[in-house]
Amino acid sequence: MANLTLVQAVNDGLKTAMRNDPSVVVFGEDVGPKGGVFLATEGLTKEFGEGRCFDTPLSEDGIVGAAIGMAVNGLKPVCEIQFQDFIFPAFDQIVSEAAKLRYRSGGQYTAPMVIRTPYGGGIRGGLYHSQSGEAYFCHTPGLKVVIPSTPYDAKGLLIASIEDPDPVLFLEPKALYRTLKGEVPEGKYKVDLSTLRTVREGRNVTVFCYGAMVPVCQKAADQAAEKGIECLVVDLRTLLPLDEEGVLEAAKQTGRVVIVHEAPRFCGFGGEISALIAENAIEYMESPIARVTGFDTPFPNTLEHHYMPDDRRVLDAIEHVWGY
Amino acid sequence: MTPQTLESVIQPDGGIDGYDPQMSEAELLHAYRTMLRVRAFDDVSLKLQRAGRIGFSIPNRGVEATQVGAAAALEKTDWIFPSYRDFGMALYHGISPLAMMHNMYGNAADTTKGRQMPVHFSFLEPIKFFSISSPIGTHIIQATGAAYAIQQRKEPHVVLASFGDGGTSSTGFHSGLNFAAVWKSPVVFLCQNNQWAISCPSSQQTASESYAIKAKAYGMPGVKVDGNDLLAVRRATRDAAARARKGGGPTLIEAYTFRMGGHSTSDDPTRYVPKEQLAEWEKKCPVLRFERFLKKRKLWTEALRDTYAAEAFEEINNAAKQAEATPRPGIETIFSDVYAEVPAHIRRQGQAAFDLARRKGDAAAGDGAFPL
Repeated sequence: MANLTLVQAVNDGLKTAMRNDPSVVVFGEDVGPKGGVFLATEGLTKEFGEGRCFDTPLSEDGIVGAAIGMAVNGLKPVCEIQFQDFIFPAFDQIVSEAAKLRYRSGGQYTAPMVIRTPYGGGIRGGLYHSQSGEAYFCHTPGLKVVIPSTPYDAKGLLIASIEDPDPVLFLEPKALYRTLKGEVPEGKYKVDLSTLRTVREGRNVTVFCYGAMVPVCQKAADQAAEKGIECLVVDLRTLLPLDEEGVLEAAKQTGRVVIVHEAPRFCGFGGEISALIAENAIEYMESPIARVTGFDTPFPNTLEHHYMPDDRRVLDAIEHVWGY
Repeated sequence: MTPQTLESVIQPDGGIDGYDPQMSEAELLHAYRTMLRVRAFDDVSLKLQRAGRIGFSIPNRGVEATQVGAAAALEKTDWIFPSYRDFGMALYHGISPLAMMHNMYGNAADTTKGRQMPVHFSFLEPIKFFSISSPIGTHIIQATGAAYAIQQRKEPHVVLASFGDGGTSSTGFHSGLNFAAVWKSPVVFLCQNNQWAISCPSSQQTASESYAIKAKAYGMPGVKVDGNDLLAVRRATRDAAARARKGGGPTLIEAYTFRMGGHSTSDDPTRYVPKEQLAEWEKKCPVLRFERFLKKRKLWTEALRDTYAAEAFEEINNAAKQAEATPRPGIETIFSDVYAEVPAHIRRQGQAAFDLARRKGDAAAGDGAFPL
């Protein structure tokens, strides 16, 4: 066991995967000798050589397109997009190519690969270093979308994603890269994709969240507990394919639901959770479903703390659905 | 070897000026025969489309020598990342017209399981003929990635990435050539300049003096060959492949040719291609050109042509009949192959779709065989 930050756990996960499987290659912008702008790939070129961890030209569509070709031809690419905000030139390669290849070739060609990218606000990054674009990708059959919120999950989910036979978009909450530490086992272990994590138990209100919103919701739940409201906090951790049964079960346990994400609300992932519950468990609901999200605006710089859901806004929503 | 020189081998009289293509008689005749089979597949597909039996096809008339010449430079262990106008490469390497016709019909025997439009083939054997995508140029950078894997394992193979003149404007062209040049990956980039990207002529595609010259900026050799000259295309592709196999990196080949038909069966080229241009290129027919070469070598007679053509039509018409008699894919194929394992939500949707089809009476025998 080591006490690691989330970004150190990502680094440990990459090293572990590369030690266990010589076909794993890591590449992207500045990921080589520099070790990435957040140091997620620090030390990899030194340990595994330039053939397995290397810099690419500055082209996101090139990074993902090349990864697809490598995956088709027997390598296990784990590529990095420096910020999720920069991923959109690669949208076509992700959505129309990687995600559809197994289907369109009748299973003849597949693209088992991982696209790692830091997402979300909290670092004063303004419009283009802060976005949470998960909803764009969750609308894509054939893709898996994974978001860890703890060092333990970051490593375990990353190794599971690298070993997965399908393309995985692995979104790393950069706000949590160094703000929390946790126990991380040495060597290989996996956290299964498409499973939920119960962050805390509670019988009054269910709070669904993921990524950087998990500690925010924990804090709000602590404050709610002081007021006598016990929250069941659920970390979704894999958005696609979602453990729908687990979500419904958690919603039914309390009959009151709050969904939290920092991405904009309209057509956001919270809408899908809300619809899922409304369609399948409406008779269990004691109050309307509440969403706490980023605003339907671009992401601001100076006022980002107003934009991002915080414990006050989450607590408000918890009290609202509890008092309904 | 400057990009501006149009390289050719076969002279107007069929002579090749002492060039030795190092091809056996059987190889030469196989290449010739493949061009006739491409033409037959084109003709049969067009008739089927016009008769409403299939929905779509892509004509290849005029570009047969480019496709077959490039394919003839490859080994079975190499990879082809094709565009949708490349099935001559598949035929050359032994992919059967029947397998192709199953795709044209989108039936249960189609390798894409009826999911893709006609001519969007995907084959693994006897050569890797990579799954075709409709968006232009996306496969060019993927070809570079596949070549990187070859390089990393130190294999002596190459990847051929084939695309049209329109494809050179895509982001995949830029990243594909740039990455391959930086990495020195074993890729042969084949730009089939058939002069029209649907209705847009080259003058609207690029202000460069040629497509081949773009290679210079990427730091790789660029050659412009006569795309209606099978031996010239083969020679350029073989030279590029030989260099790539030895670690010499990628090459851009521009094959200068002409698309004699429409972009697709949904297109009417008479609305935009000048008649004079068509007439001029009719005279440059790549099949006639190769026939003149074969005749000079005493390998060609009209009777041989007629025999080959008749055999090709018989084979392809039979393939069409067989494909037409093959049932449609089962409803379960909508839901499989999205992921390696079917997730619960897709499984539920599949079950509901099958139950509805059964209630409405339009489920066929075999539907629902998928473990929903």
